[in-house]
Amino acid sequence: MFELLGIPPQVLFGQLLLGLINGSFYAVLSLGLAVIFGLLNIINFTHGAQYMLGAFGAWMLLNYLGVGYWWAVFIVPPIVGVTGIVLERVLIRRLYHLDHLYGLLLTFGLALIIVGFFRQFFGVSGLPYPPPPLLNGGYNLGFMYLPNSRAWVIVASLIVCLATWFIIEKTRLGAYLRAATENPTMVGAFGINVPLLVTLTYGFGVALAGFAGVLAAPIYAVNPNMGADLIIVVFAVVVIGGMGSILGSILTGFGLGLIEGLTRVFYPEGSAVVIFVIMALVLLVKPAGLFGRSV
Amino acid sequence: MKKMGFVLASTASLLMAGAAYATDVKIGVLNDRSGIYADIAGEGSVIAAQMAVEDFKATDKGINVSIVSADHQNKPDVGSNIARQWYDTENVDVIADVPTSSVALAVNEITKEKNKIFLASGPASSDLTGKACSPNTVHWTYDTWALANGTGSAMVAQGGDSWFFVTADYAFGHALERDTTAVVEASGGKVLGAVRHPFPGQDFSSFLLQAQGSGAKVVGLANAGGDTINAVKQASEFGITQGGQALAALLMFINDVHALGLEVAQGLVLTSAFYWDKNDQTREFSARFQERNAGQKPSMIEAGVYASVLHYLKAVEAVGDKDAAKVMAKMKEMPTEDPLFGKGTIRADGRKLHDMYLFRVKKPDQSKAPWDYFETVATIPADKAFRPLAEGGCSLVK
Repeated sequence: MFELLGIPPQVLFGQLLLGLINGSFYAVLSLGLAVIFGLLNIINFTHGAQYMLGAFGAWMLLNYLGVGYWWAVFIVPPIVGVTGIVLERVLIRRLYHLDHLYGLLLTFGLALIIVGFFRQFFGVSGLPYPPPPLLNGGYNLGFMYLPNSRAWVIVASLIVCLATWFIIEKTRLGAYLRAATENPTMVGAFGINVPLLVTLTYGFGVALAGFAGVLAAPIYAVNPNMGADLIIVVFAVVVIGGMGSILGSILTGFGLGLIEGLTRVFYPEGSAVVIFVIMALVLLVKPAGLFGRSV
Repeated sequence: MKKMGFVLASTASLLMAGAAYATDVKIGVLNDRSGIYADIAGEGSVIAAQMAVEDFKATDKGINVSIVSADHQNKPDVGSNIARQWYDTENVDVIADVPTSSVALAVNEITKEKNKIFLASGPASSDLTGKACSPNTVHWTYDTWALANGTGSAMVAQGGDSWFFVTADYAFGHALERDTTAVVEASGGKVLGAVRHPFPGQDFSSFLLQAQGSGAKVVGLANAGGDTINAVKQASEFGITQGGQALAALLMFINDVHALGLEVAQGLVLTSAFYWDKNDQTREFSARFQERNAGQKPSMIEAGVYASVLHYLKAVEAVGDKDAAKVMAKMKEMPTEDPLFGKGTIRADGRKLHDMYLFRVKKPDQSKAPWDYFETVATIPADKAFRPLAEGGCSLVK
């Protein structure tokens, strides 16, 4: 049996697959951030909290209303999206004419408030969320045991990522969106309601975070801090991919998941920093990110 | 005769109260109040300290106690700054709790330097009474040696003679892995490998896959709090136990079991110094505690804060002064007694001795009420539960 750098190929394949699965979370979350940044120019630091809201939303549906996981996948993201729309209408909207920094500070503050509120009520240990029967068990792939729950994560996020990319890049609605980013006044003059478009876009970006949260509920502990650590990594992913680049954030999300997965095999202690090292290198060589257009 | 005794006792206590009058004591509860250890310590430890002061009736005995608290965020630099500030400018006499061994080791040094008192309930590293031991520290509740000795030995006895560790990459995880390795090897088992994960972690799948690939009979989780919760949840997802490997959560708190749910946590064996449902006294305390702590039963760390503060106050009362050296001498000289840990002693190296328990997490159908989670497998007597005095390498032991 051949070995690669002392690691048997079975182990390596397994780790690569796990990297892809983690990458799916990065991809869905960074996609939401990229959509929001691309169209609103807002650096949405509330994204981690909104991901957490998605997981708690699924938990609340199950425990308060008896609504199971499969319904939650469809119900929770729109609800989380609506909470985002309320935030956008009431608060974020007022900052569009100001520097990025104000939006960042506002959304960061909102994230702290939301997380603090949940911590007060639910503690930090988290809540049990049993996976639905269909996601229990798994398949033996020969080189690893793949739980159904993880296979589902990768399938679901690929579908959502591709659908989002398709809508924005290939449809008329997407064309309006892209045009509104380039020149809102001109698009408004053609009779398109640009403020509404912007609000809905923010809601959609937030719904993506909520969707990732629902996907995470049966896998990770559902707790108020779950988004806080993840969001920093996801920001690094967005920066590497190029702020606002849709395809860039998807590809970088999956790619960095893979690299992180490999680091966990060869040098696990470094797996928490490897993404930031890459971010620093990319910024040195291509300041606009791998897929970003230089300004 | 009874009446006579009562009169004598009250006269004596009046005299003592007179002697000790106006002793102002300030206790600082330093722990994680927002991160992954906030539920096993956090505000609950502050409540436990307050309850100790109330139950001791400190004011009636002429001791004015004030309690302050702060969040060390599991960061040694943050914890050190708070400890220095408390000792230097805020007249704090005692720091209590301090989970997260890396922070506790720093506070341990600062407390020695400032000649104050450190009642360590939260931290696990057995180095606190070993090579880092201090005349100013009491390590109250548990330590990595006791956990390894309890859970580690039990797993080896059940036939788990080959191990793979998934270890939190900081002082605590390293100490727990080291102490458990010693137990496993002493019992004739062997350690096949270990992987160090960043602290705190969220996704443990690749580490668990490495553990699975190692073929070890036991996967030892040398981590705690939110890390353990995530690791156990994902171990169940990846079919670790179904694949014939046993999972050993070397440090597991009742709050972790509560967060996991019995469906996932059932069957896990764990070592603990305290369980709320042990006897009438622990039940009575825990019911009062639960009312004040948002419905959560006390963890062993919170129980340790209560008992250590209580013992400290008894020593202050007995000495009639809060001088650190005198109070520490008294704490070590007096046997300890409290409703939560029963009778015990404090050793020269600062190690508090009491029985430890080996518990098994109940199956969902065995659990009759909320928080009814543990069944007792064995009681490890105090003289067997902790590392022998001579083996720690503490400089205070001659």
